[in-house]
Amino acid sequence: MAADCRPGPVAVLGAGVMGTAIATTVLGSGLPVVLLDVGQAELDRAERTIETQLRHARMMDALPSGRTPGRLVTTTSLSALAGARAVVEAVVEHQATKVGVLVDAAGVIDADTPLISNTSGIPIDALADSLPRPQQLIGTHFMNPAYLIDLVEVIRGPRTDEATVTAVTELLAALNRRAVVVRDSPGFVTSRLLHPMLNDAARLVDEDVATAQDVDRLMVGCLGHRTGPLRTADLIGLDNLVDSLAALYERTGEQRYRPCEQLLAKVRDGDLGRKSGRGFHDYRETLS
Amino acid sequence: MTTHQGPGTDSAIEETLKSYLVDRLKTEVTFDQDLFESGLVSSMFAMELVVHLEKTFEVSIVGNDLRLANFRSIRSMAALVRGLRDGDGRG
Repeated sequence: MAADCRPGPVAVLGAGVMGTAIATTVLGSGLPVVLLDVGQAELDRAERTIETQLRHARMMDALPSGRTPGRLVTTTSLSALAGARAVVEAVVEHQATKVGVLVDAAGVIDADTPLISNTSGIPIDALADSLPRPQQLIGTHFMNPAYLIDLVEVIRGPRTDEATVTAVTELLAALNRRAVVVRDSPGFVTSRLLHPMLNDAARLVDEDVATAQDVDRLMVGCLGHRTGPLRTADLIGLDNLVDSLAALYERTGEQRYRPCEQLLAKVRDGDLGRKSGRGFHDYRETLS
Repeated sequence: MTTHQGPGTDSAIEETLKSYLVDRLKTEVTFDQDLFESGLVSSMFAMELVVHLEKTFEVSIVGNDLRLANFRSIRSMAALVRGLRDGDGRG
């Protein structure tokens, strides 16, 4: 880890699905993490989940060898971010919520600490407006499960400076992750391509063309998908998918991004995918 | 192969695992089928198998036992459970 000489833990803001998986990724590479959330119950759950995810990563041979997992500290206090080597914001896909958290974090951290927003589609420059130093903001789009997938989409905003891009690329290298840097745009590359397909897959089920099981079987067996679109949607979290689609629809006006009724109904019913135990598929003993 | 007294012996572990998998995967599986190779089990489901085995058979799977090869088939999972139970018995 010669390239990574910054001291201090990586701070992760938000102990939801992505924040937890990103924390696991960092810890598994041997670096310490401060995980911050407003709720103690979320933090307690995240601690248990991270333990399981570290085991899962080890089982899948996804951890760099010869490193002891880093130390995890959970906190509800923003002041714990001081001294962090980088901050990763991973709260819900709502622009206003993200901006609020990023502004709070910017007030605590140093001017040269990379401030990373993990988002599946909100343009980085839209988040940078309210920040005191927009040049330190950069985007990442970790895929879920982050601790098993070693490629990360990195989004450079028009105001992101070179030092921030370098620091984040080095941090990702220390996490055994490769980065593909893309320019800022709603949905970047991956969500702009993937999300409308997930939306269409849900429509196919709604129109009774095929069951969720069969949609996924066809995409896996015929087209080489790893899990199929609806298992992917369940893994993302259907509430998160709806939020991301809605944000893309609002920004582009394109109908293909408009969340379909089937997705909205599942979210209304609390069937949010893997994390709630049921989505398009049924999950019982899952990573809680 | 040695046999044991009491529940969970012979092919009881295999049968228990099979009925769980048939229920979860909604398809027929054999004891020796490679669950990963045949595309039935994803990397996410692999961890569910670990949790399921620990709960159902009251074992804890750690260290070197926590590797994919042990979860490739019903047969290999059953062997793992037996091995862990033997270990517990001696300890």
